[in-house]
Amino acid sequence: MARFSEANLKTATEILSRYPRPKSALIPLLHLAQEQDGYVTEEAMEHIAELIGITPAEVLGTCSFYEMFKREPVGTYLVNVCTNISCMLLGGEELLHHLEERLGIKAGGTTPDGMFTLEDVECIAACTEAPCLQVNYRYHYKVTPEQADALIDDLRAGRRAHEIPRHGTLARVRQHIPADRRAGNAVPGEAEEPVWITRAAASEGGAG
Amino acid sequence: MAVTDAAPIITTRFGLDDGHTLERYLATGGYEGLKAALAKSPTAVHEEVKAASLLGRGGAGFPAGVKWGFCPPGVWPRYLVVNGDESEPGTYKDRLLMERDPHQLIEGVLIACYAIGAAQAFLYVRGEMALAQERIAQALNDAYEAGYVGRNILGSDFSVDIVLHWGAGAYIVGEETALIESLEGNRGMPRLKPPYFPAAKGLYMQPTIVNNVETLSNLPWILSHGGTSFAELGAEASRGTRLFAVSGHVKNPGVYEVEFGVTTFRDLIYAPVYGGGIRDGNELKAFIPGGASAPWFYEEHLDLPLESGAVGAAGSMLGSGAVVVMDHTTDAVKAAWRVVRFFARESCGKCTPCREGTTWLERILRRIVDGHGRPEDIGLLLDVCDNISPGIDWPPKQTTICPLGPSAVSPIASAVVRFKDEFIAACGGTGEVPVPINGAAYTPAPDSSSEVTGV
Amino acid sequence: MSDTQAPETVVLTINGKQVEATPGELVIDAAERTGTYIPRFCYHPRMEPVGMCRMCIVEIDTGRGPALQPSCMIPVAPDMVVDTESAVTKKAQEGVLEFLLINHPLDCPVCDKGGECPLQDQTMSHGPGESRLVEEKRHYAKPIPISDLVDLDRERCILCDRCTRFAKDVAGDALIHFIDRGNQTQVNTFPDHPFASYFSGNTVQICPVGALTASPYRFKARPWDLDQVESTCTSCSVGCRVVVQSSRNEVVRYLGVDVDPVNWGWLCDKGRFDFQAQNHEARLRAPLVRSGDDLVEASWGAALQQAVAALRDADPDRVAVLGGARLTNESAYAWAKLAKGVLGTDHVDAQLDDGLPAEVVLGLPKATIDQVCAPGGTVLLIGPDVKEELPVLFLRLRHAVTRDGVKVVELAPRRSSFSDLAAATLLHRPGTEGEVVRALLAGGGDQEVGGVPAEALAAAAALLDAGPVTVVLGRANLADSGAGVVAAAEAIHAAHPEVRFLSALRRANVHGALDMGLAPGLLPGRTTLEEAGQWFRDGGWATVPAQRGHDARGILEAAAAGKVDVLVLLGADPLADVPDRALATKALAGARTVIAVDQLPTASVRQADVVFPAAGYAEVDGTTTNLEGRVSTVARKVTAPGTARDDWMIAVDLARFLEADLGFSTLEEIWAEIEALAPSHAGLTLEVLHGYDARDGVVIPLAGPPAAAPDEVSSTEGAAPSGPAHEGESDSGVAEAAGEAAVAAEAADDAAAKGAAEVEATEAQAEATADAAEADGDPEPEAPAAPARPALLRHRPAGEVTAPAPDAYSLRLVATRKLYDLGTLVQHSPSLAGLVTENAVHLHPHDFDKLGIEPGASVTLTAAAGALQLPAVPDAGVPRGSAAVLVNQPGPAVGTLVTAGEAVTDVRVERA
Ligand SMILES: Cc1cc2nc3c(=O)[nH]c(=O)nc-3n(C[C@H](O)[C@H](O)[C@H](O)COP(=O)(O)O)c2cc1C
Ligand code: SF4
Ligand code: FES
Repeated sequence: MARFSEANLKTATEILSRYPRPKSALIPLLHLAQEQDGYVTEEAMEHIAELIGITPAEVLGTCSFYEMFKREPVGTYLVNVCTNISCMLLGGEELLHHLEERLGIKAGGTTPDGMFTLEDVECIAACTEAPCLQVNYRYHYKVTPEQADALIDDLRAGRRAHEIPRHGTLARVRQHIPADRRAGNAVPGEAEEPVWITRAAASEGGAG
Repeated sequence: MAVTDAAPIITTRFGLDDGHTLERYLATGGYEGLKAALAKSPTAVHEEVKAASLLGRGGAGFPAGVKWGFCPPGVWPRYLVVNGDESEPGTYKDRLLMERDPHQLIEGVLIACYAIGAAQAFLYVRGEMALAQERIAQALNDAYEAGYVGRNILGSDFSVDIVLHWGAGAYIVGEETALIESLEGNRGMPRLKPPYFPAAKGLYMQPTIVNNVETLSNLPWILSHGGTSFAELGAEASRGTRLFAVSGHVKNPGVYEVEFGVTTFRDLIYAPVYGGGIRDGNELKAFIPGGASAPWFYEEHLDLPLESGAVGAAGSMLGSGAVVVMDHTTDAVKAAWRVVRFFARESCGKCTPCREGTTWLERILRRIVDGHGRPEDIGLLLDVCDNISPGIDWPPKQTTICPLGPSAVSPIASAVVRFKDEFIAACGGTGEVPVPINGAAYTPAPDSSSEVTGV
Repeated sequence: MSDTQAPETVVLTINGKQVEATPGELVIDAAERTGTYIPRFCYHPRMEPVGMCRMCIVEIDTGRGPALQPSCMIPVAPDMVVDTESAVTKKAQEGVLEFLLINHPLDCPVCDKGGECPLQDQTMSHGPGESRLVEEKRHYAKPIPISDLVDLDRERCILCDRCTRFAKDVAGDALIHFIDRGNQTQVNTFPDHPFASYFSGNTVQICPVGALTASPYRFKARPWDLDQVESTCTSCSVGCRVVVQSSRNEVVRYLGVDVDPVNWGWLCDKGRFDFQAQNHEARLRAPLVRSGDDLVEASWGAALQQAVAALRDADPDRVAVLGGARLTNESAYAWAKLAKGVLGTDHVDAQLDDGLPAEVVLGLPKATIDQVCAPGGTVLLIGPDVKEELPVLFLRLRHAVTRDGVKVVELAPRRSSFSDLAAATLLHRPGTEGEVVRALLAGGGDQEVGGVPAEALAAAAALLDAGPVTVVLGRANLADSGAGVVAAAEAIHAAHPEVRFLSALRRANVHGALDMGLAPGLLPGRTTLEEAGQWFRDGGWATVPAQRGHDARGILEAAAAGKVDVLVLLGADPLADVPDRALATKALAGARTVIAVDQLPTASVRQADVVFPAAGYAEVDGTTTNLEGRVSTVARKVTAPGTARDDWMIAVDLARFLEADLGFSTLEEIWAEIEALAPSHAGLTLEVLHGYDARDGVVIPLAGPPAAAPDEVSSTEGAAPSGPAHEGESDSGVAEAAGEAAVAAEAADDAAAKGAAEVEATEAQAEATADAAEADGDPEPEAPAAPARPALLRHRPAGEVTAPAPDAYSLRLVATRKLYDLGTLVQHSPSLAGLVTENAVHLHPHDFDKLGIEPGASVTLTAAAGALQLPAVPDAGVPRGSAAVLVNQPGPAVGTLVTAGEAVTDVRVERA
């Protein structure tokens, strides 16, 4: 497992079809690869390069620019603690250190059982709910050390599995455009002036 | 000025558990703005938006109606790109709009596409926002089924696809040209403006309008109530209402929709309906008025209205509507370091001064925070700042392509100029260490300003 | 037209001085042109600016007050005020420099770039004193090999994006890329996908620091003990301009020189690194003569005696000369005069049955590279894989397609490196080029031709009708006779006499050798025995052969049949290069005496009876002629090993021993004679050659004074020929478009004056040929003083040969070249020798089932001439019914399958 599975290849094809140029699908496809394997494997990058028609180096160039793409396996649960200004002011760092002790790893590390990876992250846009953290990009607000401990216990015990999918899965709802509803891609060099603009211009011209 | 009783415009469904569903949206006046728009000509819709004098809510605060006018005539296709990458520290509003009222945003997108003649729109949501992605995906799927999005919308000849796209973790991608690079599948490295003003040469080098989530979320209301009634709210250049996230050391941090241009910082921070004052009766030390990139404000700025002109004149910006409050227990040096660390981590690496300079600044500050500061470090810090943003001025001059690099300068300049003594102490110096700095734009402590000498 | 096109100028102020610039010119260029150098690291004039390093920021005022702007990205504007000296500018630039240095190792003393490093120079002039960075520098594992030829030191890298931009935008090999972000950004390859690009050496040359180094050069020399001279690369016939650098009388490095009409500063890795062969210890240092089974060293006198003994009383009809493509024009002329003017034989051929008839190469209207690449044109590519055989022409064509909207219609026996860039690729059956082209000219038709589907033909025909057409003509397949290519050329020329052709023959100075008469039936100057025989006798040639002699194949067949007493090999290695391996072997065995003039002990040299050591590239002065007919200088930088001599001196000596006198004893004298006698070289005096803009070379034939004024250009342009309207619209369309192409090419060439000469020349030539084609029967031989270039000869048997229909059981063999092969130079260049490709037979996937063989399985290929075994690889890029192999690669010699003269080679493919 590393190249796209049959099912994911279909999804990949649908994603590709939504863009005027295939390379625009690169980031979505990397997310798909990470959802499939929990991280982005070299084989996946090579497969994506084939699908888009670029070199693996170009795929890696984009992939490695974005923090969310992990090129090594990470824990089932990625725990991101915000320590940026708003959270720092209200104990973000303390929360991070508490979790470091609780999990026995430093920020950036992964627990030996492969359960948790802990990260010290920048602002995750929940500043009024400080201190906050995300588990696989699901939010937890105003987290006290006790709540953090409870959360870790729940995750270990699998009690949160229904609301927090394993690392790699972001949205569990995918966009799907029904064929009969599709307006179609606006492709440079092909697309012309939209009809409603032409029509309006005409009638306005007629009016005035 | 005081808290006004202006009715909310874009947060009306925040209170509802099902405000994100199509049913509830329709039941609460949803897609009326779109119908109103389709009844008009694209030009007329554009006029409404101009009349509303709706300022961009993404940070730059440029009038949306004016920006739309910049698309070169006769060049097709045009695109609309929705900037939902919200990552400026302290900023928290777009995510709420996407999670709680996705249809309002979609309707805004449709109105904008109709007006500018965009045949395809891309809704770029920050990667770390899984719920927002799910809510928008669901909303789009429902809206497509119901005929609000896609081919022949509401039976008209207006057709547009809205493509949901996720980022993958890079603050710089919020910058519009980097956003476009990212949408093209590239590393999110900004393009130089000019020549690459998106409206002229954007996505695939085609005319592209990039608008912020909050900006677009205002359009349904503007179209159903009229641009002028929107413009009746607010003052000066700042019209309508606007979301502000008040975070940090206030009693009730929160995201508040306030009347733009008239409400003051004091209202926002102290009014019981908003921030409710500094926690534990502490004293205000400083506050960031518009996101991490903005120079800091202090006590004496509290009565400024939330109005871009006034705030700009006072030497900072409203930016992305992020007000971060620091009370007197805050370590100014550490606060500055933490903000600079953010910019150092988020530099895209394209421009030498930003790539190397912000990292260097972060390491110097880190050293000072760790207790290894040297008296000469303050001078070094400021000289490095000067090489990233010549003159350490506001608005910043830059040796870089985009403003990210220079953004790392404002927290340092703010803290050094205002809390000079804290820095000197942290650098193991005595009161006599002179602090060389230009950057007249920054606000010295009322008493000690004289000691601040130019480079 | 250049005057009417002359763009109005923009006036701006740079450092208080008013300067004129062309609209669109970048501030950094306008400043440099007018004497103000702005420091830069990422900007490169041949690549899109990225504005990354920020070193070039200067204060620019466009009315809204001075602001720091990257001068590499800002085009000049009227009334713009630029200040590159202001305090703000200086402080900012010094700041950038310091930022670049804080993480730079400053290991200049051990760095290859030390002494020629822009970063080092900048630092010396206005860098910070000692570093203000007290923290640790960024660390990476020291140099990592990113390919067989290039090492990368990421600590020295300043992330200017030059190498990565080159790889993607220029070479189309995006195999190196920025990885990671911000302060962690590094250049690297994808794991296990090395930077295997034929052009990787260019990244080393354009790296502004010592981050990229060439393994063949590492630690070889330091700039200050380098000695250099400008020359022209002769590794292939593109003729890229180079600087040859030596240290202690040894060539250590080539650098590309940016000449507008040819290589734009780029080189391929073969051209850049195969100088290693010149330094190889196997170089021949003294004459050798055969004693029994061995070749033993001999004095020049003794060797010459032995050679002359064989030559003296040999019947001219039993003397033959093969090769000469390695020689300079001067040496080629000396040998042509010795062979034809003294020995009196016309059995002379610079090609080895692997090219095209000299009449076709020289007789068709010639195109320059600029004309082929002119914006908006259409190129019909009938010939080899340009990337494999003429790499830098590939770069120029690629640029034309990706940046200038040029469309390429490719006619090929198997998919080539250009297929992805081509607007249409017609995969045809070997030998059918003529039929396919005739179908194209007829607009397509409704049936498949030569294996090309009707739809594909129609689509391609439409493309050809669209724009001005030029043709790139060469020999893709060494397993057919090339007759198809000739037929194709004849068809095009007959239909569109004004269409120009760019020859894609690959070997070094083959075009110069043909120009100098090293081909049967020809005399120096692109003229024939009939037309110019008398003229040369009048010009001092003792004799001129009465009638046309054998070409290479004829010579080899005669030798094989024992009809050749003396066979002279001028740097020719028939055993390696003649497609029909058996014939070559028989020929060398059958020739009574074989005299070899060469630099290295090739397989053929080892069979010779007398061997003369020749001075090689960078060891001789003279001129070379590229595939455009562009004459440019090659220069001597080091001394030849041992007693090796210039090829022309060897000819002079042999003549002397034969009591004949070639009539010259210096290069200048030879050139004077060429200029005086060779019709195509009339007017090309040494003054012209070494004069104005010498580095661009001069395209022959000249028309009018080389320094023609622009308005003369426009007049010539006006006279662009519009051929007889055979094809209605499309024809005249093509015609005037050809004119436009010329204009565009001319405009693209900033050496307007000389450009004028070139364009006039080719125009005149086109007309001449057009006339000739119209005249029924052969054109009148004109006065030798100003002879017309020979028109295409009619009724060449080759032209008539059409490939027999393939039988049901056979596949038609396609044998193509790779850049790196078992050729002498590559194999004697240690860093290239290993880059050869494992051979295999490529078949269309469908043919596997048909033949009942497994992918990867070893199969036997059986042809009339012989049989061999290779693994079989499925390849959709090979048309059904064809079997594609590589020549001159390790493993069984494909030449054993080929029979010289056969229109095509059919092979049975069976499970081994
Ligand atoms: C470094 C940087 C980061 C930015 N981040 C964001 C962002 O996260 N969201 C956003 O809407 N605009 C962001 N902007 C502003 C955008 O460049 C752009 O001005 C805005 O999206 C335009 O939309 P508006 O006119 O509706 O405000 C950023 C700008 C810069 C320079
Ligand atoms: S300023 Fe920084 S973030 Fe902006 S383009 Fe330059 S390097 Fe990238
Ligand atoms: S040379 Fe202009 S930014 Fe590098």
